[in-house]
Amino acid sequence: MSHAAVADHDLLEPAESPLTPESWGKLGMWIFLAADAMSFGGLLAGYGALRYGDPTWPRPSSVLGIQLTALMTFLLICSSVTMVEALAAIRQGDHAGLRKFLVLTVMGGTMFLGLQSFEWTKLIYHEGQSITKNNFGATFFILTGFHGCHVFGGVTYLSAVLGRAARGVSGAIIVALVGVVGALVTIAVTSATLSAIVAIVVAALAGGLVYLVATALAGPKGVYNAHDNSEVEIAALYWHFVDLIWILVFTFVYLL
Amino acid sequence: MAVHTAEQLAHEQRRYLQVFAWLTVLTALELGVIYMPIPHVVIGGMLVVLAATKAALVALYYMHLSVEKRTLTYIAVTPAVLCVLLIFALLPDLGAITRALTHATPSPPVAEEARH
Repeated sequence: MSHAAVADHDLLEPAESPLTPESWGKLGMWIFLAADAMSFGGLLAGYGALRYGDPTWPRPSSVLGIQLTALMTFLLICSSVTMVEALAAIRQGDHAGLRKFLVLTVMGGTMFLGLQSFEWTKLIYHEGQSITKNNFGATFFILTGFHGCHVFGGVTYLSAVLGRAARGVSGAIIVALVGVVGALVTIAVTSATLSAIVAIVVAALAGGLVYLVATALAGPKGVYNAHDNSEVEIAALYWHFVDLIWILVFTFVYLL
Repeated sequence: MAVHTAEQLAHEQRRYLQVFAWLTVLTALELGVIYMPIPHVVIGGMLVVLAATKAALVALYYMHLSVEKRTLTYIAVTPAVLCVLLIFALLPDLGAITRALTHATPSPPVAEEARH
């Protein structure tokens, strides 16, 4: 081998990631999640430190609605299950199963956002809480708001994956836009009506709309199959991370 | 992770449902624990253990860390370790400052006059 050929060979990117042989994207997602976990870790550490030193800190269960948040936690756990089922479906080559479980996951995320907007509206307009009132309000709204942004991003991301499962890039754009509009409408309507029931109903309608659009777009085969589904797995990693973080936020901010 | 045979997929799907059941039970336990008539410190300890168990279940089985390479697990665990260290690093500073602000009492007027 000539010197030039040896140099070219050294410059070539290895075909396989050493940690995640399926794809480099998966390794990239893990590194992103580790960095994102540091952001949440910093917020939770700040919350803990401020709370530890403040004897006037209110008991969270006396200010926040634990039952509603428990329902939100259960919703995210359910959506994690539907996400792993979506991945299992496409690994068996079941395209309809992939679309069905992805829609259920998007619906779970949208319901979560609707219930969170209901909770926030109630806390701000009825309980008098705000981000500027005290350290409790500041840490609560920043932590849950940052997580809510992640859920919103997850709903958009999963809608795009659903669109890809239906019809490539154009499908990804169309379904993601429908998912974003559905989530925003759920948030807006829930805040305006101040009702948890409305949140659930509107989220179900938004999920149904996403399903209809994805079904209308569905070609004979999506871009994923039993052997090529790493995009779905990477999206699933993100969604489970959002669930995992909520498990910690629920315990440290609402229950402790 | 390279799990693609039908038998392995069926086994995994059963595992997903078992984990879901555990997550639901542990969440219900958390809700029960906060109303137990025991010291708040004990409740806190139990809640932290329950939350860590739930987070570990999600990471191990839904994020498939249990079958990934060990180095990937180290990448995932590092932020958690750093977060705990950060809490201990912040506590002396913020705890002391906030306590000082909370318990600060105005100095008696007699002492003020004596200084002049």
